[in-house]
Amino acid sequence: MQKTKSSEALKGIVRHQLFIPVLALLILAVFNLIADPNFFKITLGYNSVGDPVLSGYLVTILDYGSEVAILAIGMTLVTAASGGQDISVGAAIAIAGSVILRVLCGNPNELLEGLQAPIIVAFLVACVVAMLFGAFNGVLVACFKIQPMVATLILYTAGRSIAAWINNNTLPIVTDTSFTYIGGFIPGIPVPTPFFVALACMLVIALVMKFTNLRLYTQAVGINESSSKLNGLNPVLIKILSFVILGLCVAVVGLIKVSRLSTINYSVVAKDIEMDAILAVALGGNALSGGKFNMTASILGAYVIQFLTTTLYKFNVQADALPAYKAVVIIMLVVMSAPSVKEKVASLSKKLKSNSQTKEVA
Amino acid sequence: MKNIHKSFPGVRALQAVDFTLCEGEIHALMGENGAGKSTLIKVLTGVYEKDEGQIFVEGKDKAVAIRSPQEAQKLGISTVYQEITLCPNLSVAENMYIGRTDGLCENWKKMNADADKILQSLDIPAKATQQLASCSIAVQQMVAIARAVDMDCKVLILDEPTSSLDDQEVEKLFGLMRDLKARGVGIIFVTHFLDQVYEVCDKITVLRDGKLVGEYEIKDLPRVQLVSKMLGKDLDDMSDIKSDQAAYDKADASTAVFETEGLASDAGIKPFDFYIHKGEVNGFTGLLGSGRSECVRAIFGADRVISGSVKKNGKVVKISKPLDAMKNGIAYLPEDRKVDGIVGDLSVRDNIILALQVLEGFFKPFSKAEANKFADEYIKLLGIKTASADTPIKSLSGGNQQKVILARWLLTHPEYLILDEPTRGIDVGTKVEIQKLVLKLASEGMSVTFISSELDEMLRTCSRLVVMRDRKVVGELSGDDLTQSKVMNTIAGGDK
Repeated sequence: MQKTKSSEALKGIVRHQLFIPVLALLILAVFNLIADPNFFKITLGYNSVGDPVLSGYLVTILDYGSEVAILAIGMTLVTAASGGQDISVGAAIAIAGSVILRVLCGNPNELLEGLQAPIIVAFLVACVVAMLFGAFNGVLVACFKIQPMVATLILYTAGRSIAAWINNNTLPIVTDTSFTYIGGFIPGIPVPTPFFVALACMLVIALVMKFTNLRLYTQAVGINESSSKLNGLNPVLIKILSFVILGLCVAVVGLIKVSRLSTINYSVVAKDIEMDAILAVALGGNALSGGKFNMTASILGAYVIQFLTTTLYKFNVQADALPAYKAVVIIMLVVMSAPSVKEKVASLSKKLKSNSQTKEVA
Repeated sequence: MKNIHKSFPGVRALQAVDFTLCEGEIHALMGENGAGKSTLIKVLTGVYEKDEGQIFVEGKDKAVAIRSPQEAQKLGISTVYQEITLCPNLSVAENMYIGRTDGLCENWKKMNADADKILQSLDIPAKATQQLASCSIAVQQMVAIARAVDMDCKVLILDEPTSSLDDQEVEKLFGLMRDLKARGVGIIFVTHFLDQVYEVCDKITVLRDGKLVGEYEIKDLPRVQLVSKMLGKDLDDMSDIKSDQAAYDKADASTAVFETEGLASDAGIKPFDFYIHKGEVNGFTGLLGSGRSECVRAIFGADRVISGSVKKNGKVVKISKPLDAMKNGIAYLPEDRKVDGIVGDLSVRDNIILALQVLEGFFKPFSKAEANKFADEYIKLLGIKTASADTPIKSLSGGNQQKVILARWLLTHPEYLILDEPTRGIDVGTKVEIQKLVLKLASEGMSVTFISSELDEMLRTCSRLVVMRDRKVVGELSGDDLTQSKVMNTIAGGDK
């Protein structure tokens, strides 16, 4: 009896949506532990201006994984509501970053000293712009019923040129040091700021989901649009809303990106980050065809992907070859979490069990 | 099939069921929702794997294993499901041959010619090159059968093939079934319509709660006994449920709660006037496609209204989308449960609270405790059979899904409840339950519009019938005029 109970519990854990991302994280951790325990070493050092900073691979994961995690929040909602993905995220980050630069540095043709506007104003303007571009994608998807990937292909193609055009194809540099805190470290706090930004985003989305019907409405629209309509929901609005929320996430990541280097290169900033965000959603066990979703699993998925990337960097995989290695690992993870595979494994284990039982009887 | 067992988490769907089908017979498989009919068929067709038991084919001693639908097809077992599972945008011939071509290339001419031959031999009014979507539902259903027949089938399973057909179409389908029977095909016929069983079947197997009740020759089992066998109890006299409930008779009983004036929608109905009193049960009747559903959809704002107005208590209210209607106390249970009703992957609980939650608005979600309270209350009230409130609605049987949708709307405490085919594809027991519930609600002051393809049911529940023909309201019957023949006459347009 005890045995069946514990095996039931085990089954529950295996079936849980967080199982795959947690398992992936554990496998990666164990792999690193065996290959080189130094991977987990975190050292407290001082940066060039003498502030305490933590450094080490784990800190890098927290730092860069946070960008993907923030995007995964929006991507999860877009996926759930529209049953498709936004591939223009990277290009939109370039636009948001460019807007921030333009507001902070002023007219790119005149070389002005210092900040031309408060950082918060620049950020808010970027939010509005990114949300507008999100709404543009949303309208294409919801009103004109274009496949999300195709609809966002437009901005994917045009986004980086728009970003360059905003600053007249120049690369202004923000000279203010306080601006670098967002993508780096706040003096006195040795943990990278992007992690706190991500935490704030998670808190906000958790509160939003607790105090609004976002989850129920989004899921209902994603699962059965026609039924949602007859229940008084407006599927068009909810789909657009999900894209607008993703726009907001894009603006936040744009701010981090600009802050990291005090400037951005429009053509390479956040390149392929949309793929990481989509993978995070998939890795979290969320159906890419929309419907039910688990936000925690997506966010965890984002950090798993960064963990993987960092592990590969550590083993001196060249930047060019990185995607190929990543692809192999991701295929394994995604196949493992595919429902059909799960079913097969379940029936297989059932068969094994019944076999062993009949043997016992014999 | 012998001694078939199948269980799902929490439910034992089939226990020791035997089933025998002979060559050239039409065999009805009867039972309430959740009795195990669908499960049995899915085991036979390889969709589900059986836990125990054996299946024999053609009198051979050796049991066969059917592990997938493909294997079932190889053994000559074909199925036509309730919902048409063809591709509407392909041609009739393509639909008949899809997935069965030998090589990579297809000889289109030959395929079309072959298809035409089969269609002709079965007397199906369709051309091979016609696009499937341009055929009527009945013809599409027949094409599905033609496809099955052409696959050298020995056993044909028809799972509720008649639920979306009108009488003439059903008659055509029966002709086809008899024709196939004469050719030696064994047909398993699953339906909820008793009349149809007695019209075409030779034998009946009754299931109840996953167990075999028995197999009977059709002539040995009168209707009443069949129903009581399905329910496992004697059915109360169904013909007179109306008098069981005292009619709503307060002072405001004769005031019109909702009225429409010249309402018309882009779904193609002609402008119509309509009213409903407080505590009244009325119905829209007419043949399939006569515009019954379109009328109520226009009232609910589900289709785009192009002219006319809706009045509530004498005042004009603007209803341009379902939410407007809901805010005015109208609830609408749609005709197509699967497409417009359930939100499949969501739990029973979320499905129940959905409409009220939408009414409450974006910023007022229920707490988990509140949602559970609502769900438990209505699961109990309507006797919904589900493992828990967390179970996804799609894993419930059809009748229970319908009850969940009904619960969803009752939770909003509507003044005016529109039920469009609430009993389609539902067993007799649940049907009576729903009819009784409707009358009870009306006696408490709710106005109800009840639409059904079954005239019996309408006559039992409604006190007034609006008759429709060709998307137009052509008559209204109440009181002593509510007889089968009068209604038929009005529908046909013979006697006015």
